[in-house]
Amino acid sequence: MTIKEIQDEIVEEFSSFEEWMDKYAYLIELGNDLEPYNDQYRVEQNILEGCQSKVWLHAWMEDGKVYYMGDSDAIIVKGIVALMIRALSGQSPQDIIDSDLSFIDEIGLKEHLSPTRSNGLVAMIKQMRLFAIAFKAQQA
Amino acid sequence: MSKINIHQIREQFPILKCTVYGKPLAYFDNAATTHKPDRVVRKIKEVYESMNSNIHRGVHYLSNQATMAYEQARNKVQIFINAAHSHEVIFTSGATGAINLLANSFADTYLSEGDEIIISHMEHHSNIVPWQMVCKRKKALLKVIPINSHGELLLDEFEKLLSTKTKLVAVTYVSNTLGTVNPIEEIIEKTHANNSLMMVDASQAVQHLKVDVKTMDTDFLVFSGHKIYGPTGTGVLYGKEKLLNEMEPWQGGGEMIKNVSFEQTTYNELPFKFEAGTPNIAGSIALGEAIDFVSELGIENIAEYEDELLNYATEQFLQIPGMRIFGTASKKASVISFLVNDIHPFDMGTLLDKMGLAVRTGHHCTQPIIDYFGIPGTLRASIAVYNTKEEIDRLVAGITKVAQMFG
Ligand SMILES: Cc1ncc(COP(=O)(O)O)c(C=O)c1O
Repeated sequence: MTIKEIQDEIVEEFSSFEEWMDKYAYLIELGNDLEPYNDQYRVEQNILEGCQSKVWLHAWMEDGKVYYMGDSDAIIVKGIVALMIRALSGQSPQDIIDSDLSFIDEIGLKEHLSPTRSNGLVAMIKQMRLFAIAFKAQQA
Repeated sequence: MSKINIHQIREQFPILKCTVYGKPLAYFDNAATTHKPDRVVRKIKEVYESMNSNIHRGVHYLSNQATMAYEQARNKVQIFINAAHSHEVIFTSGATGAINLLANSFADTYLSEGDEIIISHMEHHSNIVPWQMVCKRKKALLKVIPINSHGELLLDEFEKLLSTKTKLVAVTYVSNTLGTVNPIEEIIEKTHANNSLMMVDASQAVQHLKVDVKTMDTDFLVFSGHKIYGPTGTGVLYGKEKLLNEMEPWQGGGEMIKNVSFEQTTYNELPFKFEAGTPNIAGSIALGEAIDFVSELGIENIAEYEDELLNYATEQFLQIPGMRIFGTASKKASVISFLVNDIHPFDMGTLLDKMGLAVRTGHHCTQPIIDYFGIPGTLRASIAVYNTKEEIDRLVAGITKVAQMFG
């Protein structure tokens, strides 16, 4: 699936929840279900430190596609990490660089994107793209 | 029964009527900043509408009006903290501004290589970093009074830190994270017995309890205006006249001079020496109005009402399974820091927000406290005079619900 198709799918899923509580309950579930992060990559340079919660991100390249692994100490953030990984993992560097990640806004979690000190989501998206840019440079 | 008429008070804060995500707002982030009563907001408008002018320099009517209002606000602060002279009150941009001013002026006048400054483990970053910076510049040493697991200062350890090298002790009166009310008079006494100077950070004290610089006999005291129902960007540095006269000004320019030539500058007298540039005129005048608001309610009445709420909230909180309160000092003011089970403060804070419950999450600019307890941060509910028991009930219900969501 393309990034666009995956995003549409996520938006579709979230549109079935009427209550914000259910959206968050789902995010918590996604957070709990996220593939365990490999402790080997729990190193300083993989941490995105917001004021409120920590995010760990690791990326690698396989057959021309970028794959991500992530974690957070806050479950809601971890749920969003899970969504981001679902949207971008297994895509080509160029597609990741070009992606328009509008789904977070569309599923009603826009406040989590705000560039405040309180969370590192903007930083997270930026970092995922930076990984892609780096892999693309290696390919060239 | 407390003498606070809560209905009358809430009427003065229109923002308390707003809804967030369709839910009525219950604001429990007062330690970060309080809301402003109508009269304070109107005062700012009035200044710009009827007396906007630069102070202390114009010969004209408006400038005189503004100058008088500004100096009257200074008098109000003087009376409020019971300073001996109004010129012992320096207007700043906030507590952080006041501490930076003091740290730099103090260091340039009194601090030499090898000297020591003592702070505590429960200081706000604003009362850590400026001292770190000047200590580094002057090759002086920063020492820290440790705390115990209740969030109380270890006074025996404090006494061991004091020495002939100690130039200043800078400690908060009330902890913004733990709510601890420190035995400030005892600390000041010990400091003076050691021939050192004392600075009190009263940022979380002036709005909750009586602060009297004469009775406590502190050499310096700071607080911010926006935590005592005044505008943001306002604050106060108090200092004893003699010390302020001795100290070098930190920032130069504007009305802080008497004479400037390219060879030499002589400084203006107090308080202008420390108020370089055009200050926050409207803000400080409105801070005077906020102080009137507090004085008219009576700080003792506020304290009594807030204590009632704090005790009620603490009791209710402790009914919640898995509740851990950080800061269990025998004397506390208006703040409850907590975690429930291992739910991350960001997660719980996010969900409480959706219920219209505004609390603070994170390290509250006191990272050493959070590190001491080895936790990722806390949630902090901080109470002001306009909060109610019903709001606390809503908060307790909210916390309980979130805890259930996390099973
Ligand atoms: C104890 C304490 N000191 C200093 C400050 C800094 O105050 P301001 O934001 O006015 O600079 C705060 C504010 O959080 C505080 O709680």
